Amino acid sequence: MARRVLLIEDEPNIIEAISFILSRDGWDVKSHSNGHDAMEIVRARRPDVIILDVMLPGRSGFDILADIRADPDLGKVPVLMLTARGQQKDREMAERAGATHYMTKPFSNAEVLDVVRSLVGS
Amino acid sequence: MTTPNLLVLVCILYVTFLFAVAFAADRAALKGRGTWLRSPLIYTLSLSIYCTAWTFYGAVGYAARSGLEFVTIYLGPTLVMIGWWWTLRKMVRIGRSQRITSIADMISSRYGKSNTLAVFVTLIAVVGTTPYIALQLQSVTLSFAAFSKVDPTLTSVVRLRSTGLYVAIGLAVFTILFGTRNVDANERHHGVVMAIALEAVVKLFALLAVGVFVVWGLGDGISNTLDVIDASKIAEWDVPGGRWAGLTMLSAAAFICLPRIFQVMVVENEDEGHLRTATWAFPVYLMLMSLFVIPIAAVGLKLMPSDANPDLFVLTLPLLAGEDSLAILSFLGGFSSATSMVIVAAIALSTMVSNHIVMPIWLRMRGGTAMVAGDVRDVALLARRLSIAGVVMLGYLYFRLSGAGTALAAIGLVSFVGLSQFLPALMGGLFWRGATRMGALAGLSVGFLLWLYCLFLPSFGPGVLLPVSVIEHGLLGQSWLRPQALFGAQGMDKVVHAVMWSMLLNCAAFLLVSLLTFPKPVERLQGAQFVNVFDHSSRPGSWTGGLAQSEDLLIMTQRIMGATEAQALFSGMARKQGLTGYLPEPSTEFLGVLERELSGSVGAATAHAMISQIVGRATVSVEDLLAVADEAAQIMEYSSRLEAKSAEQARTARQLREANDKLTKLSVQKDSFLSQVSHELRTPMTSIRAFSEILRDAGGLNPEEQQKYSSIIYDESRRLTRLLDDLLDLSVLESGQVTLNMQLGLLSDMLDRAVAATGGTVDGFRIERDLPSEQIVLNTDVDRLSQVFINLIANAHKYCDADQPVLRIEVRSAGDKLEIDFADNGTGIQMADQTVIFEKFARIGVSRAAGAGLGLAICREIMARLGGEISYVPGQSGAAFRVTLPQEMCMAAH
Repeated sequence: MARRVLLIEDEPNIIEAISFILSRDGWDVKSHSNGHDAMEIVRARRPDVIILDVMLPGRSGFDILADIRADPDLGKVPVLMLTARGQQKDREMAERAGATHYMTKPFSNAEVLDVVRSLVGS
Repeated sequence: MTTPNLLVLVCILYVTFLFAVAFAADRAALKGRGTWLRSPLIYTLSLSIYCTAWTFYGAVGYAARSGLEFVTIYLGPTLVMIGWWWTLRKMVRIGRSQRITSIADMISSRYGKSNTLAVFVTLIAVVGTTPYIALQLQSVTLSFAAFSKVDPTLTSVVRLRSTGLYVAIGLAVFTILFGTRNVDANERHHGVVMAIALEAVVKLFALLAVGVFVVWGLGDGISNTLDVIDASKIAEWDVPGGRWAGLTMLSAAAFICLPRIFQVMVVENEDEGHLRTATWAFPVYLMLMSLFVIPIAAVGLKLMPSDANPDLFVLTLPLLAGEDSLAILSFLGGFSSATSMVIVAAIALSTMVSNHIVMPIWLRMRGGTAMVAGDVRDVALLARRLSIAGVVMLGYLYFRLSGAGTALAAIGLVSFVGLSQFLPALMGGLFWRGATRMGALAGLSVGFLLWLYCLFLPSFGPGVLLPVSVIEHGLLGQSWLRPQALFGAQGMDKVVHAVMWSMLLNCAAFLLVSLLTFPKPVERLQGAQFVNVFDHSSRPGSWTGGLAQSEDLLIMTQRIMGATEAQALFSGMARKQGLTGYLPEPSTEFLGVLERELSGSVGAATAHAMISQIVGRATVSVEDLLAVADEAAQIMEYSSRLEAKSAEQARTARQLREANDKLTKLSVQKDSFLSQVSHELRTPMTSIRAFSEILRDAGGLNPEEQQKYSSIIYDESRRLTRLLDDLLDLSVLESGQVTLNMQLGLLSDMLDRAVAATGGTVDGFRIERDLPSEQIVLNTDVDRLSQVFINLIANAHKYCDADQPVLRIEVRSAGDKLEIDFADNGTGIQMADQTVIFEKFARIGVSRAAGAGLGLAICREIMARLGGEISYVPGQSGAAFRVTLPQEMCMAAH
């Protein structure tokens, strides 16, 4: 059974790009594009990996990550954070919030693939 | 022939006249009239109470016995007036600023308001002055006798003594009437001073008249009189230098220390400037008084029988010549000299006695407090009146007991020596801050005892008061203690001997004890006040206020000064403090003023004691005071400095905080701007990179996918370019470096262009316009204004969520403004967002449609550059933006 990836991102073109890359590698990719109800989707889908954008409409990616980590059921699901704001401060905030990996846009496709693979493998 | 009865009548008339003058002067002063009463001339004349009957009659006798030696008596005061006027001025200044009532008050006040010292000085003054008063009574009595000799039937000892009694009673009554009208001894006795000035004129005139009569009437002109003088023994210059200098010094000292001189010179002084006049006028008066002394003495010695009393030449010479009226004038001169001295001396002594002895005792008997029923004012007046009667009667008693003998003749100098004992304490107090109360007491005691032992007691003659054995062999047989040859100093003149030892040891004791003892705080404070009186004539208060009850003080003051005066004083002070009513704050200043006022009535020491009781501090420690004052000054200075500093610091801090806030805000804005820019740039770049990698790396893409991904790359590139364009545009606009290209353009043309640029009315998007109203020519940057319109139309295009979106463009003129409204029929913008929509990167809602959120920010900048503005108009059917332009940009329509 294919590993499931939940992509939480609001930019349609980026959703399309990541979905394309991971799908071709055999991942089951589902996407969600706003912050408001992201947690419900996460709980419902129980993904193996979550790719989470920081700047989401309605709710910050950091807050969503904090909720995930605080939820005992969701446990230690690996989370890859994406951000378009390339500042050091954001990286630190992501690490504090418990991100498994952190990646700055724009990224290389191969890198995303590698990271997602490694997250599930670990 | 002049009978004693006639003489009595003349006396009564004269005294009545004096009464009238005194009464009139008092009335005039009371009504504020009679400024001439306060002239320097009156002041100078009043000083002439120095010339008593002793000088009026005695100077001639003195000259007849000792030649020119009598001059020393006039020389001393002259030297003091001329050479020491600065010292006198200091005394007067202190007397006025401290409201000094007597010499005892001054010395006591200087040495910490010590009542012990005041009592001591008072006793010495009484002992020293009583014989002098007796001397005056004697001279009047003798002058009566001189007339009686001509009419021997009336001569009797009883008669003589009763004359003295009548004179004493009459003087006491006069003094009580005019000397105790006011309880405040510091208030001037205008009536008394006026009467004394008048008497000064009478005695000078009398003496001059007698002199003129003697020289031209009896002596046949100046040259003959000079011959007579040459022939007499007066011409023999046999005054020992020591005695001459000693007597001059003595009379100088006495002039300063005599209670009656102090009374007229310091207490009665109206104006410090009067002293300046007196400096030359008083010596002139003395010179006139002594002008005819020698001729009268010489002619008297020549004409009168050898057993005649030379002391009475002034009177007996006219009588001898049968010039009765001149004799009566002369008698009046002597009478004036005697009475004026007694009156002033009685006032001065009674003030001291009542203030320093009677009142303190009375207060102590009443429980040591002024807060008792009964009027202190009445008691003070009664005490003063009784004291006057007592002092005069004491003089009379002395006159009776001493047997009216010749011993009185020498008593003038004896008295001088006794009173001169005040000099070291007085002068030391004026000029030396190190002088202490103990030093003053020691000096006074030593001087007084030596005076008693060496001069006063022996003056009654051997065996009268001092046993002969003591005089000849010394106290307890110790020859070095012989009263007139102390420490073996034999062969000296008795008076000079006494002056030398008493003054020498007085000074030594004063200096030594002052050096060895430590002044009490109040002494130090007063010492500074006295010594530096010219530096600070207004005395800093010696009271710490706040403890006193103003009401208690008022009650006490009313009892002393009388209700009206006290209330006037209190309400005056209250007003000065900015309060209404009768009760001022018991401030240090007020208590100081009150104490001075009260000390005018009851003396410094008593006033101090009375206020102490109410204020609740028996003694004021100057260390405390100075410490407090210093501390207060320091604190005030420090706190005012601190205040200034802290105000400045607060100002600086506020500025810094503001600057910091601004910087922080700027920094936050910059961070968030950079962060936003970064985000806006990275997002399209992510898509571009991802899809270009896919196109490059992923094989087997179908043509649709290739087409789609290429389009995404193309769109995102354009988005990126637009973003960069906007950013640059905004940066140029914000930095103010934009160059406006002003030109004429028709508003409708600009709107046409904008509609066309946004794709026009495609997709069912409708734009409603009113073309006639748009026919306005504007002088503006046409491209920039069009850019704003494009932005607004594009926004409506993008965000209007109505099913059939409509944008209505309305142009209207509002005052000096031209308004162009862009209103759509969508849901509009929520209130909370309305304020942020013009900020950079402000994007509302979830829609991510194309824009980076810079459009409205750019519009705002453009409108600001064009002199207009863009605003959101709330409360419309949908989103409504209003572009406002100043009318001057409009030209008339074609």
